[in-house]
Amino acid sequence: MIRGPLLAISIAAATVALIVIGTIWPFASAAAYASGEHFGGSSSTPEGAVQGLGDEIRAQAWDRAYSSLANKTEFSEAQFRRDLTSAYPDLLTYASLNSFEVRPEHATATEADVQFIMQWSTVVGPSEVSRDLHLVKNSSQWQVEWPIQKVPIVPPQVIPVNYLRWDVIYRTAGDDWGAQDVEAPHVRIVNMHPVQRAEGLVLLGELLNEDVVPAYVSVSATLLSKDQKPIDTEASFDKISHQLLPKQVTPFLIRFPNVSLSEVGSVRMNPFSTLVSASADPVIEIENEKLNPAPDASLTGQLTNQSGQIANVAHVLGTFYDKSGQVVWVGDQYVDHALLPQTPVSFNIHIPEDLARKVSSERTVVSTFSFGGSE
Amino acid sequence: MKPALPVLLACLSLVGRVALAQSGSLIVPATIEAGSAFSIQCGGSGQATLYISGPGQLIKRDVQLGGSTWFPAGSLGNAGHYVVFLSSSSASESGSMDVLPAEKPADLTFIAKPSRLPVALHGAITGAVYVFDSYRNLINKPKSVSFELSNPSSPTQTHVVQTRYGAAWTQMDSSPHEGKDQFVARVENVSSTRIVSQVPGDPCSLKMYAKPAGKKVQLQTDPVRDCSGNAVPDGTIVTFTESYDNSKSTVDVPLKRGVASIEMPAHPGATLSVASGVVLGNQIRWNQ
Repeated sequence: MIRGPLLAISIAAATVALIVIGTIWPFASAAAYASGEHFGGSSSTPEGAVQGLGDEIRAQAWDRAYSSLANKTEFSEAQFRRDLTSAYPDLLTYASLNSFEVRPEHATATEADVQFIMQWSTVVGPSEVSRDLHLVKNSSQWQVEWPIQKVPIVPPQVIPVNYLRWDVIYRTAGDDWGAQDVEAPHVRIVNMHPVQRAEGLVLLGELLNEDVVPAYVSVSATLLSKDQKPIDTEASFDKISHQLLPKQVTPFLIRFPNVSLSEVGSVRMNPFSTLVSASADPVIEIENEKLNPAPDASLTGQLTNQSGQIANVAHVLGTFYDKSGQVVWVGDQYVDHALLPQTPVSFNIHIPEDLARKVSSERTVVSTFSFGGSE
Repeated sequence: MKPALPVLLACLSLVGRVALAQSGSLIVPATIEAGSAFSIQCGGSGQATLYISGPGQLIKRDVQLGGSTWFPAGSLGNAGHYVVFLSSSSASESGSMDVLPAEKPADLTFIAKPSRLPVALHGAITGAVYVFDSYRNLINKPKSVSFELSNPSSPTQTHVVQTRYGAAWTQMDSSPHEGKDQFVARVENVSSTRIVSQVPGDPCSLKMYAKPAGKKVQLQTDPVRDCSGNAVPDGTIVTFTESYDNSKSTVDVPLKRGVASIEMPAHPGATLSVASGVVLGNQIRWNQ
C-alpha cells in the first residue's frame, strides 16, 4: 500500500533534481539555442569558428549559421540552406547532421583553411559530406567563407515524354483455382562467387531478368555445411537493384557475418521475382566511370538524368571483376542529391584496399526512386 | 443433436445387419449414376422410416412397406458409398449402394503452365486436365482429352490423351512466332481455353550504328529482333558503353519503337559497344 506514494515522491524528487542540474549546468548547445546566442565554439580560433558553425547547422539554426559567415553577401540565407539540405526532395531533405569533424589544413595570422566533414544521418544510413572551408580573420574573430554550391534550378518547361510503362492485373479470389494468374518474371543467376573477408563470408553475383516484363527481385542464400546441414540464411537486402527491366542485370552481395568459407559444403541460392508495375523512365547515363587505384581505391563517375522526371534518390551499384571476368566485389553508394534533367551528379564507390589490386574492370548500374511515383 | 445422428446410424446399422439376415426384404440397387433417378424396394407391411447416408448427404423418408420408394433425378449427386437403413416399429434393415460419377463430362479444370514463355522452346508448355460431371464428381473412367495449341501464324499442335483416374496431361512446344496462343482442352463437347503468351527470345545479332550529333555521338541500334525474327518488345534494356582513355560511360536504354537510341559524349578514339542481357552486339571505334 505504501509503495505507490513512495514511487510518486521518488519520481517527483528526481524530476526536480534534474531540472535544477539542467538549469545550473546546462548543455552548451541547448543553452545557446535557448538564449539565441552562438554555440559553444569560440571564434577566436579557426577551429572554434568552424565548430560553432557545425553546432548551428546541427541545430538547424540556419539564420545564426548564415549570419556568422564572412561572405554572406554573395548569397541569400535560403540559398545557403538549400546548399545543405537541397532544393529538391532528396536524401538530405530528411537527414540530420549527426556529427562533424574539423581538420585544420593551413593557417596564417589572417587566413586559414579547414576541412569540414559532416556526417549526415539519412534514411538509408550515414552519408558523409566534406567541404573545404576558407576562413578569414575580421578584427579578433575568425569567420567562415562558405563555399556555396548553387543548386541548379530546372527552368519551368514542358518535357514531352513518350515513356513505357507496365501495369499488372492479377487474378482475383473469385477466379477458378485452375484459372491462370500472370506468370512471375523469369530471372536467372548468371554469376556467383564466394569471397572470404575478415568479418565473414560474402556471396557476390549477378542476376539477369531474362523475361519481357519488369521484375521486383531479391536473392537469398542458405549456406550448408559439408554434412548438408543449414548454417545460416541471409538475403541481399539493399545490396541489389530491386527493380529489373527486361534483360537488365543487377549485381548482388550477401553477407554472412562470422562464417568461414572452410565450414561451407554448398550454397543453396534462392532468387525471388514478382511482377510489378514499372516505368522505363527515367534513363540515367553514367558518365566518366573511372577506376582509381589504391590508396583510397574507388570507382568514380557522374550520373546524368536523360529524362524529364526528377529522380530524388539514386542508388549506384558497382560490380568489380578480375582479369578472368570473375566478380571480386560489389560496392554501392546512395547519391544524396536529386538528379535533375541533364545535370551531372558525382558518385564515389569505395573499393576495399586488399581487393583493389585484383580489380580489372567494372560495370555500374543505377536505380532511382522518385517521390510520389514508382521507381 | 446433430452429433448424435452418426451414433444413431451406426446403431441402426448394427441392428439392421441382424434384421437383414433374418428377412432380406430391403432391395437396394448396387450402383447408380450420380443424379439419376432410382428406387428402393421395402418388403413387409406398415410404416417405416428410410435413411440414406453418404458423402455429404443424408436423406430421410417416411415409407409405406410392401412397395417401391421412388427417388427422382438429382436426389443423390455426390459420388461415393452410401448406406441405406430401414427402421420400423417391428424391425430394422440396412443395405448399401455406390453412387458413381455420371458418364457425361460437364466441366473441365484445365491448368496450363506457363502463361508466358519465349518462342521456339521444345516441350515447354504443360497442360493438365481434370474431368468432372455436372455434380463436380471426378470422372474416373477413361475419357479422351484433345489438347490443341494454335495461333494464326503457326500450324496447330494437337495431342489426344486418355484420362487416368480422371486426369490427363500433355506437353507442347512453343511456336516460333510471338503472339497469344489459344490452348484448348476438349472432352466430348466440353472445352476449356487458356491463353499462352509466346514472347520473343533473347536479341539476336544486336547491331548499332553511330553518327555525330553536335559535340556528341548518337548511337542507335537496328530494329532488335530475336533469332526467330520476332521484334524484341519495347522496354527491353540495351546497354551502350563508351570506353576512352581509362574511363568509361554506360547507359541502360529501353527499346522504344523497336530501337534503342542515345547521345553520348564524343571522345575521339573511343570504343563504343552495345549489349542486351548476356547478348553482346557490335563494337565501333569512334575516330571523329
